[in-house]
Parts: sequence; C-alpha cells; structure tokens
Amino acid sequence: MNKYQRVAYYPGCALEGTGHAYNSSTKAVGKALGLELDEVKDWNCCGAMEVKNVDPKVQTYLSSRVMSIAAHEMKAKVVMAPCNGCYHNLKKAEYDLAHDAASRETVDRISKKAGHETYQAGSLETIHALDWIKDGIGEEELKRRLKGSLKGLKVANYYGCMYTRPRHIFPEKDRGAGSESTSQPHFMDDLLAAAGAENVDFPLKTACCGGAHTLSDSDTSTKLVLNILQAAEAAGADVIATECPTCHSGLEMHQVRAEKVLGKKTKVRMLYFTQLLGVALGVSPRKLGVHENASDGISLLKEKQIL
Amino acid sequence: MRQQLLAQAEAVLEEWMKARGEVPTQETIEGFRLLALHRQGARGVPSFNACRETCREIAYHYNLLSGSPEKRDHLERMMGMLVEHLSLFVRGKMEVEGLGEFCCASRPLRQQSAVEEGSDG
Repeated sequence: MNKYQRVAYYPGCALEGTGHAYNSSTKAVGKALGLELDEVKDWNCCGAMEVKNVDPKVQTYLSSRVMSIAAHEMKAKVVMAPCNGCYHNLKKAEYDLAHDAASRETVDRISKKAGHETYQAGSLETIHALDWIKDGIGEEELKRRLKGSLKGLKVANYYGCMYTRPRHIFPEKDRGAGSESTSQPHFMDDLLAAAGAENVDFPLKTACCGGAHTLSDSDTSTKLVLNILQAAEAAGADVIATECPTCHSGLEMHQVRAEKVLGKKTKVRMLYFTQLLGVALGVSPRKLGVHENASDGISLLKEKQIL
Repeated sequence: MRQQLLAQAEAVLEEWMKARGEVPTQETIEGFRLLALHRQGARGVPSFNACRETCREIAYHYNLLSGSPEKRDHLERMMGMLVEHLSLFVRGKMEVEGLGEFCCASRPLRQQSAVEEGSDG
C-alpha cells in the first residue's frame, strides 16, 4: 500500500473557518480518489504567526504536540496539512527539533508538563495536500478516475510564499525529476493539467500576497493582491487555483476591496485546486463548497461548460 | 524598456539597502546586479526571501525580452508587473522594519503600548 493512501489529517484552524470549503473539497477529493484521512484527535493550533512572535519555541511545541498525537497515539507515519501555514510550521518544528538542542529541551519540558509523549524528530513525515494527491495517486491514476474535464479552463496556479520557503525546511524538494521545486513549484500545475486544465505562464506564482498585512496595512495587501490578479488576467487566466486558505481568502477579500477602495475591477475567479479537481472527478460543486467562495466559480464553470 | 525596468527594480532594492544603512553592492550574480542586491538585502532578514523568486522572474523576463519579438508587449507588461510587485513588497517591508517579523508585526507594537500603559498608570 502506498504510504500516502491513509494519512493523519491536520486541517488546522483556518479550515474550520474561512477555509471551510477547502476542508470539504479536500475530503471529497480524497474520497473520490480512494485516499483516506484520519483526523488528528484533539489537535491544536500550529502556533501560526501570533505565537511564533511571542515565543518561537512555544510555536515549535504547539506544532510538535500535533505531531506527537499523530505519531504516538494514532501510530501514523505521515501527517497531511492542506494549509500552507500549518504545513510550514510543522516542517519548521521538525527541522528545529532535529537541529536545535534548545528547541528539544523546551518541547520536552512542556510536553512532560502537559502529560503527553515528547515528539522526536524523524518520527513522522509532514506533507501538503498537493504531495498527498500527486504522490498518493499520481497524474495517470487521476486521469483514469476522471468523470469530467477542465478542458477550456485557463488556470494561473498560485502557491503563495510559504509552501516553498525557507528552502532548508523542505529537504525533500529540489531533488530533481519528480520532486517539487522551491523556485518553480509545479505539483498543482501537474495535477490540474492531468484534469484537462490549461495552465498559463504565471510569474507571480510564489509572490507574497501581503496576507500578514491584511489587518495592519490593508492598503499594501490590496495593492499586492491587485497586482497578482491583474498579472493572472494578463497571463490569460480565467481562474486562480489556490492551495492555501489564507492566500485564498486574501485574494477574494482584496479583490472586492480593490474595486471599492481603488476602483480597480478584476474578473479572474478563485477556486481551491481541490474544488477544481473535485469537479473533474464528478463531485457535486455543493459538496466541494464552491458556493461558499466569495468569488463566483459556479458561473465561470457553467460558462466554460464544465458544469 | 527592459533596461529601464531592470534599473527600476535595482533602485527599489538600493533603497532597501540604504534604509538599512548599508552600501548597495555593485557585484552581480548570474550576470544580474539585481540578484546580488537581493542576496545582500536578505542577509539577516530571512523573510526578505519572500521576494527572491520575484527578482529571479524579473531577470528571467529580462532575458526573454532579448528574443521573442512577437511577444515583446506581453513580456514587457509582465516584467512591469513583477517590478511593481517588488516595489510594493519592499515598500510594505520598509514600513514594518524595526517593528518585528514581516509575517506579524504585532509583538513590538504590543510591547510599546504596554510600556505606555504602564507609564500612564
């Protein structure tokens, strides 16, 4: 059995809130592809950005607790996090625990106090939803399971800046043919192309969306997002495919704000890559949460005769 | 046009270096001063690497523009957007520099307000 066939699933906080549609579409696509998810029991926040700024080692602990439950209580070998922030933080915790004695000491001390086993680096493999589908199923098997096609849909694949950065916490990337690239990520491009989509050349695929500035400096975020949206349109895209709930809601929210505040209207839509794959796999848009998106994906998919 | 856009991108990173009190490098990496400036600018500021690929894409588009005359307009437009993105990113970064991590600037702000509240009381 492929090691990604059944994995521990760490949805993270965003997928219970603004990224709810990403959660439901990830589960629906997994089901359609025969991939199984065991949700991590009693999971907690990964530490996100807030805790990291208060004390980075507490953030390492919070991520390690999630990995400890997956490795020790669930006996999982692989944990999958679809959110770029969670994925990044789990990978970073793994790296810190492998390379930094002070992080190990802090995590061990808090784990003992909290009454659970201390997570040991190397006990678990953390992957993203893109790895899960790309390496768990692959393009050829995906093609065999398609019930529809994304033919005629031009897609700009947007990975955001945390999926590949910093490079040193992703030792499995940049390993040549078949591996993901940190400078030119392509896993989402590969999967959506297999589902019939036409990927456009999109040079801002890993550019910053200003996500962390959303509340503290909304104008900068809006301008960064507007530039991404306009570049996607200039590249000929109908839709921007996303793989991070923070990026996704930032693109949607600032598209509206750009029109209201700056008077700049853009037409490109946003859909999670799991929603696009789900449509091609014949899953109903409702089960994929397409109606929950602020961006009107339904009318685009109908216009393109995909629905 | 491509020289102009490349010079604009370099000027953005020069401003970043000057704001940090450093002398912008004249060195090049892979033939581009822009890439050397980026590397210099990211020293000690890992989050500055969030614009690394934008710089590399600017260099890539500069090279593409040496050929492909039929795509010149499109490539120039895309290169312009990349330079605009770099400019927006660095501008935002300069605003929060000194306030903490780019990915969350709240901690020093809270510390500052805590000090002020303490002195009020």
